[in-house]
Amino acid sequence: MKKSSKLFEGFVHGIFLVLGLVTIACVLIITVYLVASGIPGIVEIGLTDFLFGDEWASTAAEPKYGILPFILTSIYGTLGAIIIGVPIGVLTAVYLAKIAPSSVKNVMGQMVSILAGIPSVVYGLVGMMVLVPGLRKLFDIPDGASLLAAIIVLAVMILPSIIKMSVTALEAVPQEYEDASLALGATAEETYFRVSLPAAKSGVAASVVLGVGRAIGEAMAVMMVAGNAPNMPDSLFQSVRFLTTAVASEMSYSSGLQRQALFSIALVLFVFIMLINALLNFFLKGEKKE
Amino acid sequence: MNSIITAQDLCLWYGQSQALKNINIQIPERSITALIGPSGCGKSTFLKTLNRMNDLINGVRITGTVEYNGTDIFSQDVNQLRKEVGMVFQKPNPFPMSIYDNVAYGPRTHGIRNKAQLDEIVERSLRDAAIWDEVKDRLKKNALGLSGGQQQRLCIARALAVQPKVLLMDEPTSALDPISTLKIEELATNLKETYTIVIVTHNMQQALRISDRTAFFLLGELVEYGDTEQIFSQPADKRTEDYVTGRFG
Repeated sequence: MKKSSKLFEGFVHGIFLVLGLVTIACVLIITVYLVASGIPGIVEIGLTDFLFGDEWASTAAEPKYGILPFILTSIYGTLGAIIIGVPIGVLTAVYLAKIAPSSVKNVMGQMVSILAGIPSVVYGLVGMMVLVPGLRKLFDIPDGASLLAAIIVLAVMILPSIIKMSVTALEAVPQEYEDASLALGATAEETYFRVSLPAAKSGVAASVVLGVGRAIGEAMAVMMVAGNAPNMPDSLFQSVRFLTTAVASEMSYSSGLQRQALFSIALVLFVFIMLINALLNFFLKGEKKE
Repeated sequence: MNSIITAQDLCLWYGQSQALKNINIQIPERSITALIGPSGCGKSTFLKTLNRMNDLINGVRITGTVEYNGTDIFSQDVNQLRKEVGMVFQKPNPFPMSIYDNVAYGPRTHGIRNKAQLDEIVERSLRDAAIWDEVKDRLKKNALGLSGGQQQRLCIARALAVQPKVLLMDEPTSALDPISTLKIEELATNLKETYTIVIVTHNMQQALRISDRTAFFLLGELVEYGDTEQIFSQPADKRTEDYVTGRFG
C-alpha cells in the first residue's frame, strides 16, 4: 500500500513537472526560433543599416531594409501612451483606492475590468470609425490615421493594467502611515499624494512598466488607426508603422530577404519585451523587499 | 495650573455601542496625565477624541464638549487642531522615507520650504526627542532601518517638529524593549517642561513613574481622576483600588 501510494505520488509529480516544462519549452523554442531566423536577415543587411537605416522599401527594385522608422514609432507611440495614460491611470487609482465611496468603487472597478477585456480589434475598430475621422476634422489634416491616433488608442488600452495594479499597491499601504500623516495636521489629499503614493511607488512603477509592455506589443489596434505607412515619425499627424505592424502587414506576401528581415524585426521586438520584463521583475522585487 | 483640555459630559458611540460615558476631565498643561484601565475601557478612544482621529472611523457619534485652550475642538479646523495636538502611536510608524524627510514632513506640510529653516527644525526636533546623536550621521538613510525604540523616538521627533502644545501618546512603549521604554519615559519626563503629555498605558509602574495625574477608566466611564500618588496610594473608589493593586485587569 505504502509503496504504491509513493509510486502514485511520484507519477503525479512527474505529470506536473511535464506540464510545467511545456511552458518553459514554449519560451525556449520561441526564443531559439526567433534568434535563429532573425539573425540571418540582420547579417545580410548589416546591423547598422538594419537598425539605423531610415528607409524601409522592401518591395522596391532596389530594396531597403532600414527599420529605424519602426523602432522610433514604437518608442514614440509607447512614450506618448504613457504620457497620457499614466497620469490618468494613477490619479484614477488614487481615487478608487482612497477617496471613492464603496458603491462608486465597485462600479468603476468593474468598468475597468471590462475595459481590460475588450479585444484589441474592437479598440482598433472604434478608433478607426470615431477617432480617426474626429482627428481629421479637429486638426484639419488630410488623413486622421496617424501617430497621434495610435497614441490615444494605446493610452486607453494601457489604462486597465495601470489602474488595477496601482489600486492594489495603494490599498496595501499600511493605515498607520496615513494615520501618522493625518495626525500631523496634513489633509487627506496631502496624505494620499505625499505618503500613500510614495509608499506604493514600486507597485505603481511596475504597473507603468506593464503598460509599456502592453503598448509596445500591441499590433492589431495600432495597425487600424496609425495609417501604416513606413514613414519616419516626424510629426504626430504622420501616418506611421510600428514594429509589430511592420511584421504583420507584410508577412503574408513576403519572400526571401524581405521575409528574413521581418523575422529580424520580430527579434528586435522580442528584445524590447525582454528588457521590459526584466525591468518589471526589478520593480516587483523592490516592492517585496520593502 | 491652567487646564489646557477640558471635556464635559463627553459621550461617544461606535454605532450602537457606547464607548465613552459622560467623561468630565480637566487636563493641566505642562504635565503628564496617564490614562489607565483594562483593555476596552475607553482610554484609547478618549485619547483619539482629543485630536479627532475618531472622525476617521465610520459610525462614530459624539455628544458633549471638548475644549482645547478654551475653544471647542469640534468646531475648529481639524488640521490646525492636529498640528497643535500631536500624536505618537502604539506601533512605531515612521514613513518609509529618510529620517530627515520623516521629521521634515510636518513642517513641509505646513508650508515651510526654506532648506536652512528645515535643517534647523529637524535637528532641534531630533535633539528634543533624544535621538540626534544616534542618527545625525545617517539622516538621509531610510527610517525603517532603525530599531523599534529608535523608530518610536523618531516618531516623537516627527510629532515635535510641528511644534505642538499637546502630545498624545497611545501606549508608546508597549512594542518596545525595557531599555527603549526607559528612554521614552525619560524623554517624556523632560518634554513636560514644554509640552502637555497625555499618555495611555497598560503599565501601572509606568504611570506611577512618570505621570503627575492619573485617570482610571473602566467600561467607558472615568472612575477616578487625581494626583498619581493619591490614585495609587489612597484611591477613593474601590474599583480603582482593585485595579491598581492588581486584583483585576
